[in-house]
Amino acid sequence: MKSLDSLLRELPFFAGLDEEHARLIAGCARNCRFEAGQYLFHEGDPADEFFLIREGRVALDVVAPGQDPIVFSTLGEGEVVGASWLVPPYRWMFDARAASPTHALGIDAACLRRKCEEDHDFGYLMMKRFLPVFVKRLHATRLQMFDVYRRG
Amino acid sequence: MSAGANAVIVRETLQGLLEALLAEGYRTLGPTLREDAIVYDDVTHVSELPAGWTDSQEAGHYHLQRREDDAWFGFNVGPHSWKRFLHPPLEPLWGARRNGDGFKITVPAPGPKLAFIGVRACELRAIAIQDRVFLGGRYSDDTYRARRISTFIVAVNCAQASGTCFCVSMGSGPKAAAGFDLSLTELLGADRATFLVEVGSEAGARMLQRIASRPPTEAELAAARAVLDRTAERMGRRLDTTRLRELLREQAEHPRWDGIAERCLACGNCTMVCPTCFCTSVEDHSSLEGTAAERVRAWDSCFTLDFSYLHGGSVRHSTRARYRHWLTHKLSYWIDQFGTGGCVGCGRCITWCPVGIDITEEATALRAPGRAKKQGDAS
Amino acid sequence: MAVSRQNALVPALYRVGEVYRELPDTVTLRLVPESGRRPPCAPGQFNMLYAFGVGEIAISISGEAADEGFLHTVREVGAVSTALARLAVGASVGVRGPYGTGWPAAQGADVIFVAGGLGLAPLRPAIRRVLAERRHYGRVAILFGTRHPAEMLYRQELEQWRRRLDVDVSVTVDHADTLWHGNVGVVPALIPRATFDPNNSVALVCGPEVMMRFTVSALREAGVPDERVYLSMERNMKCATGLCGHCQFGPEFICMTGPVMRFDRIASLFSTREA
Repeated sequence: MKSLDSLLRELPFFAGLDEEHARLIAGCARNCRFEAGQYLFHEGDPADEFFLIREGRVALDVVAPGQDPIVFSTLGEGEVVGASWLVPPYRWMFDARAASPTHALGIDAACLRRKCEEDHDFGYLMMKRFLPVFVKRLHATRLQMFDVYRRG
Repeated sequence: MSAGANAVIVRETLQGLLEALLAEGYRTLGPTLREDAIVYDDVTHVSELPAGWTDSQEAGHYHLQRREDDAWFGFNVGPHSWKRFLHPPLEPLWGARRNGDGFKITVPAPGPKLAFIGVRACELRAIAIQDRVFLGGRYSDDTYRARRISTFIVAVNCAQASGTCFCVSMGSGPKAAAGFDLSLTELLGADRATFLVEVGSEAGARMLQRIASRPPTEAELAAARAVLDRTAERMGRRLDTTRLRELLREQAEHPRWDGIAERCLACGNCTMVCPTCFCTSVEDHSSLEGTAAERVRAWDSCFTLDFSYLHGGSVRHSTRARYRHWLTHKLSYWIDQFGTGGCVGCGRCITWCPVGIDITEEATALRAPGRAKKQGDAS
Repeated sequence: MAVSRQNALVPALYRVGEVYRELPDTVTLRLVPESGRRPPCAPGQFNMLYAFGVGEIAISISGEAADEGFLHTVREVGAVSTALARLAVGASVGVRGPYGTGWPAAQGADVIFVAGGLGLAPLRPAIRRVLAERRHYGRVAILFGTRHPAEMLYRQELEQWRRRLDVDVSVTVDHADTLWHGNVGVVPALIPRATFDPNNSVALVCGPEVMMRFTVSALREAGVPDERVYLSMERNMKCATGLCGHCQFGPEFICMTGPVMRFDRIASLFSTREA
């Protein structure tokens, strides 16, 4: 059985992390498994744990009253599920559902936030890794918004 | 006589040349007065030439004036250029007729061969440029080629420059240097007006043999040179072409474009009067009962919104982008595409712009430092 | 060298041999010459198709039919495309072409196809070529993004490709219903998930221009050099012979130096607005 910090460092997201920092994160992490159809979290719930997908696929959806859920993104291996844990009020804005059997690392958000506060150097390193992921998602959302295939 | 040889004809002998051309089946075209302008149209007699008339030209300004003499070619270029004959504003490409569940295509027959009388140096350059456009690439325009090969060209050296002329800057004039069959320099002598004739081709030499001419005197050759020297000194405009090709690309975000866009009406006059602008569109016509259809090529202008239409919108939506495309194409991209610039310095786009936008002034203004294009602008 | 046909602007007559309904507003036409053989074509090239009395438009070649015809996939967008898409078997069509540049051969390299929407049509002949000679290529990825699962072009053929073990086929949609179990998101997001050697890959990209801009950015981030990225560009085309001026993109005539263009050669124009 691999240790959590070696599992962590296998993920491209944490590639190149030094041992001490890997240990810090591992201290907040746990291994989890979701069956297809099982929810990782629900809209409105406290964003107290976010996930890094090791294997499988996660669909993000929102529900409007009287309509079927709209899947707006799917995430795969190596990708981060959830950003709301980083910004107050720390509540999820959408549902995350395993679209296939999924192995993930769950990271205790409060624990990681505390460690970032205690050690700003570490906190800055974490931000440098999370921010590009979220900016890229913002760009992708923008492209999606263009509805480019409409007029062919 | 061979190319480069000179002769002198009495001015009235030009009628003999017209008649010789007509006898050979040419449609003879030359300058004539129409609707307060000197335009190119059918001319079968020298009396139809604008004798004693000249034009006064400035940015956004053209009007006819009486001359103090009776010069036959004492004016500059008007709103027409020869492209309207070699590359007509409207040209049927082919027609089709329904035939069972299919259709059959027919191609129109060619028209008569053309003779141009009074082609200026800048216009010779313009014709040479359009030759490159239509005949120099991988695909060629066959109807243009057929017309072009059979056209007889009588050039005229300019004895004056208008307020919007800048052929000297573009290296295209004022002397007709190449691309003609015969060229004329009008000499208004004290006793009798003559033309100094220069032979430009074998066809020109043959034609000259059919009219009365004599060898020129040294004084006549000197007088003709003096005419051209004087014209060269009196250019109404100048354009510095140094690094223009690179400059225009570098200045794609220059604030000057915004200033032009505020004045430009996007009317397309400049493209219509330009002797090198070649863009066309194709219109589809069909008979009411749907049995016959025709495709007609028509001059188009990059100033229209439709020009760059793509999926329900225009790629060059702003006037700024359309003017920028026109100018950058003319002075810069043209060189990449055809190995020569697209401007001959005739000044028509300046004269016929309703708001007087001046290509020489704009190209100069774009030399001033502008906004550098930012790398990695947010997209 | 000038191409000396009777007249470059006069089409040859073809018949509609077959009409395949792809989507409610999109068909693939099989066009067969009325006489003689059709000229050879390269994947990525296009033809000018003329609908009697309506007009002529540029349509990419979406395949070579076994009986030596052309396949053209046409969506009803304007008057001409609508007229073409509604032709019945046996109807006559005017065809000029093929015109333009084709996709690079890319033998020996990993090949990444990135298609968006109807952009799969001009790529299909190149995909078929690579799959027909699969051993000449490294890894092959087909990344396809479309608006909605119901608007997916060439669904059956995609399924066939997906069943092959030697091709990585990933499809994503912008908007999904509950019946869709595949990826949701934009096609550039598939690039970091694909496996290829960025220094020995060739990327062939076709789709709406905005989609291509984001795709190019994702390819750069994945380490693929600009000179190994090819885009199929689109502009208003009237003559397809470099004589009418409509399809200019900076100094390029898309009909002559395109539609397939190497990205490094157009990178600066690509980011100039309204070029």
